[in-house]
Amino acid sequence: MSETSEAYEAYSPSEMMIAASARQLGGVRNCFVGVGLPNIVCNLAQRTVAPDLQLVYESGVFGARPERLPLSIGDPTLVTGAIAVTSMFELFAYYLQAGLIDVAFLGAAQIDRFGNINTTVIGDYAKPKVRLPGSGGAWEIAIHARQILVIMRQGQRSFVDQLHFRTSPGHSGDPAHDASRGWWGSGPTSVVTDLGTYAFDEASGEMTLVTLHPGVTLDRVRENMGWDPKVSSDLGETLPPTDEELRLIREELDPEGISTK
Amino acid sequence: MQDAVRELVRDGDTVSIEGFTHLISFAAGHEIIRQGRRDLTLARMTPDVVYDQMVGAGVAKKLIFSWVGNPGVGSLHAIRRRIEDEDPGPLEIEEYSHFGMVCRYVAGASNLPFFPIRSYFESDIPKVNLKIVPMRSPYEDGTEVYVVPPLRPDVAIVHAQRADANGDAQIWGLLGCQKEAAFAADRVIVVVEEVVDESVIRRDPNRTVIPSVIVDAVVEEPFGCHPSFAQGYYDRDNAFYVAWDDIARDPETLDAWLKEWVYDLGSHRDYVEKMGADRWGSLRPEPAPSGEVDYGRYA
Repeated sequence: MSETSEAYEAYSPSEMMIAASARQLGGVRNCFVGVGLPNIVCNLAQRTVAPDLQLVYESGVFGARPERLPLSIGDPTLVTGAIAVTSMFELFAYYLQAGLIDVAFLGAAQIDRFGNINTTVIGDYAKPKVRLPGSGGAWEIAIHARQILVIMRQGQRSFVDQLHFRTSPGHSGDPAHDASRGWWGSGPTSVVTDLGTYAFDEASGEMTLVTLHPGVTLDRVRENMGWDPKVSSDLGETLPPTDEELRLIREELDPEGISTK
Repeated sequence: MQDAVRELVRDGDTVSIEGFTHLISFAAGHEIIRQGRRDLTLARMTPDVVYDQMVGAGVAKKLIFSWVGNPGVGSLHAIRRRIEDEDPGPLEIEEYSHFGMVCRYVAGASNLPFFPIRSYFESDIPKVNLKIVPMRSPYEDGTEVYVVPPLRPDVAIVHAQRADANGDAQIWGLLGCQKEAAFAADRVIVVVEEVVDESVIRRDPNRTVIPSVIVDAVVEEPFGCHPSFAQGYYDRDNAFYVAWDDIARDPETLDAWLKEWVYDLGSHRDYVEKMGADRWGSLRPEPAPSGEVDYGRYA
């Protein structure tokens, strides 16, 4: 066994995703958080690369300091000790639609090469095979947050050539059109999966593999997506989680391993 | 609660039991099930377990929503069966994004014909919901927006931490869109953890979310939000939300749950007693009181 694969054994794919995502929040101020992995990512970033990070939740909380890992975005631990708790109208109108949010996380059931996202249905809308939750705040977040980070596991069923439904828009594939939209947001800037990290090519708006996680091959990435991915000319390897990152995740942020298994 | 539901919730009504994760009146949902209401249109941003229970019990013909899942857990299986398999019958749906739903209530509450928002561009949502319509600003900038229609429920049911006997209700913690839903509705039921003296309300008027002038009934129902929570009173019962996934996955276990916890009980008080003191004790938070502000006396 090489050193790399030994290291890969030592941490889980989720821990790799969390550490890689948290590093992307360096210097960020206002971040819209979701539950699950994004929540741990943001709390890790607050303790490492982004000490001034304000956690914002669509339930109406600005500047949360949760004392435990919230199970939902409406957990009471988000309220106690927060900077502000607002009505949902205020949060969506004055904070999000008005452009105060720097970065937001989105998850997806399906994502395509331009970062368009489906969280609505698998199959036909009128007669769905699987009825998913729908937009929630995702549409508004996708457009009004200055930058979108996506964190999700990848596979043939989630990284698809054709979405079954476009819930929220990513890049259009036409940079001139993207520039004319007049939205605060520049769309998804990064996707972190259990296999690697992706950026979006400025010229084409297309998802581009920039690093492979240690121990992951390009073939394995290709096997786990529904199109032939663009690959950066200087494809690198993701830095594995540091001991400090792993300690924070395991001891402080998710001691029961709810989201990191 | 029996009287409030009997008098104010009618077959065929559009009913909004609002509260975003926080302060969801499960007690009212259960009473509506017990009284056998039918053909309701259920509106809520997040249908949550309460509407899965109501849909599973057969009270609804239509759902208006923006996110139909079990928050932090996954799916609402009774609702999914109706939508995916029409089992035991079809369920009409009308869906928005969160901001779209909030603004429908804002339009309803403000007596406006529509509300403009910068949502829905380059999405399939307006293709499947023709009530979401693009519009151009009549002013010089000519900005394109989408508009959503007002939502005016026949009945809004809102749980608050406390109210006086008239229904002047105070809420702290997550505020969701309860104020907007209540002002938009034709009839309003306020359910509270505690009925307090009017002087308690008057001491802190900034905390009043719903004034009695729009309230038709006040019901004191301690623990009436379980398994959702009341900030400062009891925690969200996350274990129940997780357990609901298994209960609702099979129509038979769902029916058995409804029989045991709704139909066979006369009221929410019976539910509180059956749940047991240990459960309530385990959900009680440590105190974290706010500092008091001084409004000043101007006599």
